[in-house]
Amino acid sequence: MDVTLSVNGVRRTASVEPRITLADVLRDELGLTGTHVGCEHGVCGACTVLLAGRSVRSCLLFAVQAAGQEVTTVEGLAAADGTLHPLQKAFHDAHGLQCGFCTPGFLMAARELLDENPSPTESEVRTWLSGNLCRCTGYQYIVDAVLLAAERMRGAP
Amino acid sequence: MKPAAFEYLAPRSVEEAVALLAERGEDAKVIAGGQSLVPMMAFRLATPAALVDLNGVSELDHARVDRDTLVLGATARHRSVQELAGLRERCAMVAEAVGLIGHPPIRNRGTAGGSIAHADPAAEWPALLLALDGEVDAMGPGGRRTIAAADLFQTYFTTALAPDEILTEVRLQLPAGAVGSAFVEVAQRHGDFAVAGAGALMIVADDGSVADARLVLIGVRDTAVRSVAAETILRGASPTDPVLDDATNAIRSEIDPVSDVHGSSAYRRRVAIAVARRAVTLARDRAHAAVA
Repeated sequence: MDVTLSVNGVRRTASVEPRITLADVLRDELGLTGTHVGCEHGVCGACTVLLAGRSVRSCLLFAVQAAGQEVTTVEGLAAADGTLHPLQKAFHDAHGLQCGFCTPGFLMAARELLDENPSPTESEVRTWLSGNLCRCTGYQYIVDAVLLAAERMRGAP
Repeated sequence: MKPAAFEYLAPRSVEEAVALLAERGEDAKVIAGGQSLVPMMAFRLATPAALVDLNGVSELDHARVDRDTLVLGATARHRSVQELAGLRERCAMVAEAVGLIGHPPIRNRGTAGGSIAHADPAAEWPALLLALDGEVDAMGPGGRRTIAAADLFQTYFTTALAPDEILTEVRLQLPAGAVGSAFVEVAQRHGDFAVAGAGALMIVADDGSVADARLVLIGVRDTAVRSVAAETILRGASPTDPVLDDATNAIRSEIDPVSDVHGSSAYRRRVAIAVARRAVTLARDRAHAAVA
């Protein structure tokens, strides 16, 4: 089936079988390998993307189901000139990543949180991100990074 | 793993969906949020020959409170329920239970109707349906019928829905008056399936006695359980701590938890009684606050 999506503001079309998940289409058909595939059954959160502005597991959605909708991936976070999104900058500054495998999922989940709640408490950040697994950091620096990004984004004019 | 191949069908109306499902037979499955079905397909525990996707059926996409009834179309997301204005004040049990379902990306996609049709004994929606005298509408080739919560859940992942029927709407009755309610779980991590969970609701009369009480439990046997024993003890009684102890201890005879990697049957039994006590206590205290 032909599937047309708007990915990071660009209209893209792929020809895929219905059984192919959105995650696999993004990576294998559209070359957007920033979205990582971890557990492939909705537990690890590495494949989190935004669908119409809301976070979803792209491994639990068939690409055909996303037809005609707006998808935002980690590649859509930074500005066109390469300037990092405040969340990306904060993850860098606060040491919020080590191996980086889980990072795109954390960034997209955190992006939805800050869109909805610009001033989350530490507890709210932890609860919100509880669906994303990280095997390196112990989470502390990820939480710090999200709080730092929130602070900087609130301070921005 | 990757799901096995299937035929994808995207009807635009309930009638079309029912016809497609009937035509494809028992090898076809209905998909709404897909947050339980797609993992099962990834593990190839489910290998449907065809999927009938309800997401394009706009008449199923509604969530609202009509007077005392919470009305949810088959594709109403958990998230849409969380966003209903005033729901927490109206029935804390529902708001708290929905907040305990998975994580934000799961709640953005998963549906109440799907959770009820899937009938996982550890899931929240079947318990809410039982607690709040709920019912569902099912549409099949023979037409529409309404199934009461008490007649719906049969055993693990099994409901009274026929293979050619589609759950189209869920309705829960939200009690009014001096009502307090709560939903409490113990889980390994926030958002995981609970080791055990309990929802409680209490209405207190002017004389301080219990006018009505509901207690439901999840993760403790083959379906969600509404505790007749506990509710019988509570109704008409003065809701003192000893009465709450008696009521929550009475669930022992109604639960039969299994042992698994997260805990033995005996441990789950103790957790179930503990979460039931916490939920009933919260419901009582909130009902008293509603009177004051």
